[in-house]
Amino acid sequence: MTIEELEQIQESVRAESAKFDFEVNVCMDLACSSQGSDKLRDALVKAAEASGKKVLVRRTGCMGPCSSGPLVRVDPEETLYKHVTAGHAEAIVSSLGGEPVPALQCDLREHFDKQVRVVLENAGHIDPEKIDDYISREGYKALMTALMEMTPNGVIHRITESGLRGRGGGGYPTGLKWSTVSKAGGDMKYVVCNGDEGDPGAFMDRSVMEGDPHRVLEGMAIAAYAVGASKGFIYVRAEYPVAVARLTTAIREARRRGLLGSNIAGTTFSFDVEIRLGAGAFVCGEETALIASIEGKRGTPKPRPPYPAVSGLWGRPTLLNNVETYANVAPIVRNGGKWFANMGSERSKGTKVFALTGKIANTGLIEVPLGIKLWEIIDVIGGGVPDGHKLKAIQTGGPSGGCIPADMMDLGVSYDALMAAGSIMGSGGMIVMDDTSCMVNVARFFIEFCMTESCGKCIPCRAGTAQMYTLLTRICEGTATMDDLEMLEDLCSTVKEASLCGLGQTAPNPVLSTLKYFRNEYIEHIQHKRCLAGVCNIQAPVEVMA
Amino acid sequence: MRKNGFARHALIETLHTVQSSFGYLDDDAIRFVAGSLRVPLSQAYGVATFYHYFSLKPPGKHTITICAGTACYIKGADKLVAAAEKRLGIVPGQTSPDTQISLMTARCVGACSRAPVMLCDNEVAGEVTAEHVLEQLERWAVE
Repeated sequence: MTIEELEQIQESVRAESAKFDFEVNVCMDLACSSQGSDKLRDALVKAAEASGKKVLVRRTGCMGPCSSGPLVRVDPEETLYKHVTAGHAEAIVSSLGGEPVPALQCDLREHFDKQVRVVLENAGHIDPEKIDDYISREGYKALMTALMEMTPNGVIHRITESGLRGRGGGGYPTGLKWSTVSKAGGDMKYVVCNGDEGDPGAFMDRSVMEGDPHRVLEGMAIAAYAVGASKGFIYVRAEYPVAVARLTTAIREARRRGLLGSNIAGTTFSFDVEIRLGAGAFVCGEETALIASIEGKRGTPKPRPPYPAVSGLWGRPTLLNNVETYANVAPIVRNGGKWFANMGSERSKGTKVFALTGKIANTGLIEVPLGIKLWEIIDVIGGGVPDGHKLKAIQTGGPSGGCIPADMMDLGVSYDALMAAGSIMGSGGMIVMDDTSCMVNVARFFIEFCMTESCGKCIPCRAGTAQMYTLLTRICEGTATMDDLEMLEDLCSTVKEASLCGLGQTAPNPVLSTLKYFRNEYIEHIQHKRCLAGVCNIQAPVEVMA
Repeated sequence: MRKNGFARHALIETLHTVQSSFGYLDDDAIRFVAGSLRVPLSQAYGVATFYHYFSLKPPGKHTITICAGTACYIKGADKLVAAAEKRLGIVPGQTSPDTQISLMTARCVGACSRAPVMLCDNEVAGEVTAEHVLEQLERWAVE
């Protein structure tokens, strides 16, 4: 494969699509396919054949606004249709070339206007199982450019210049990590992609792996070239069978095209990727635990240092990044580091994908420039809290994150601002809560999660989370005293400071942040035996007759 | 195992293959895998019990899995679990005495935008209510 051959493929795809007057894209991502978008696609194909019009029906990855699914987009007009069923297929096909079907039209201009799509640029535009679709949208061009025109250090420099930070949640500067691995000695190095999206309530990595798998492979290949690795692993949750299938297809196609394998593009650079399945352990999102799991062991973390960049998989230098981080690599190499650094805020560059869920009108995937105000996400992109309820808090960062109260909606979304507010960026789950959520109960939910997911290696995490859970349960049941609250706060700091890995160190965050912003709810539960949201089942106190 | 070249580090992959063929991992299977891959039985058993995805008990004929991720929790997944528990008389992780239905909870299946979500024999259904759960259980019961 050479740049010329890549361009030839682009040409042939363009020639192929020029044969069609219309393209009907059907979202086949989980949210839409669980509402029958596969039947819809079949019906559209049938209707298109019957009409005699030149229509290409394409299945695509996630288009974004899942709450309006199943979604269909007609190109070149870019008409978006919502809640489409197989019964609407004929109406849509017969409207082609004329006026759109008014009843199905989805007007989400405000929803899309505030978004900037880098990672999701192909989502909803390509068939994830066709490598040519990806190539036609500048796919693998960045890899070719890197191999032909750039030195490994040049690639690292470009990533450093972009200011990209780890999208898994930690926010470690990606360029710095790459350069550490590149400088580490040894003839064998590994590149690992963390697709273990364990944060319950986040699904952007799943969407990227399912909707645009080649983007991840290309990012990994560029990374491998930059750090001098020849072997890669993608670690995917077993709960994501579609992602595994799509990645398997993508790897096979890329090998066939000579974009993975030995001597890529006639250079001395060789790189191949293997998929490794997770098996349902949240702690495996932690890098040393993930490495243990790839080696076929129990996923328990190890103390760092040594960091994986120096001694990782089988003791070799290992570059470990998240799916979304790799997904950003190709556009940065293609468009330059400065282009990326121009987006975002002072210390958080670029865009971030969020999974917007919970009590919000437009649930789904969004991609926004960092620094955007929370209210813009909630009120404008999200369309506000439905059913006349009031916004209470936004939870970010999953079980390691915290709750940001409704009066802080002016906060700009960045790694540092979220950290200062007692939460974290995390992998990108953003769960909206309204006045029907009890914050004490939410804290208990997360502690229960951390308690069951604790690997049990270190005591502060294993025993600490269990004790925190007991105390929180007591508060929720209305049997706690103010001493219990004090003990809970003490425990939080112990678990936070004494735990071995990120799971334990961040487990108290949901409790600490709700204590900070919603302390009155804790006090209500303890002193007045009342749950204002009406969630906790508190037995009415028995009046004792004197 | 042959696919992975009998590599020791492919233990988790191998256990996945066994579970997807037999539905669960019994003692014989774990012993066999450990022997074939030349890993200590303790490691094979340790891995099989460490990861939630592996089950050491045979599943029922049908499995209903209710997602217990955050988005589903906020949208009232606990009510779905309670309804299923009441109807089946078992708690999550158990199988009904007639071995017909297993009740499970999952840590997020990634369909959060349609929360609350359940999986009926791996088929995803979104925006589920307690009535939906009961209807599904009823359908399986009359089979």
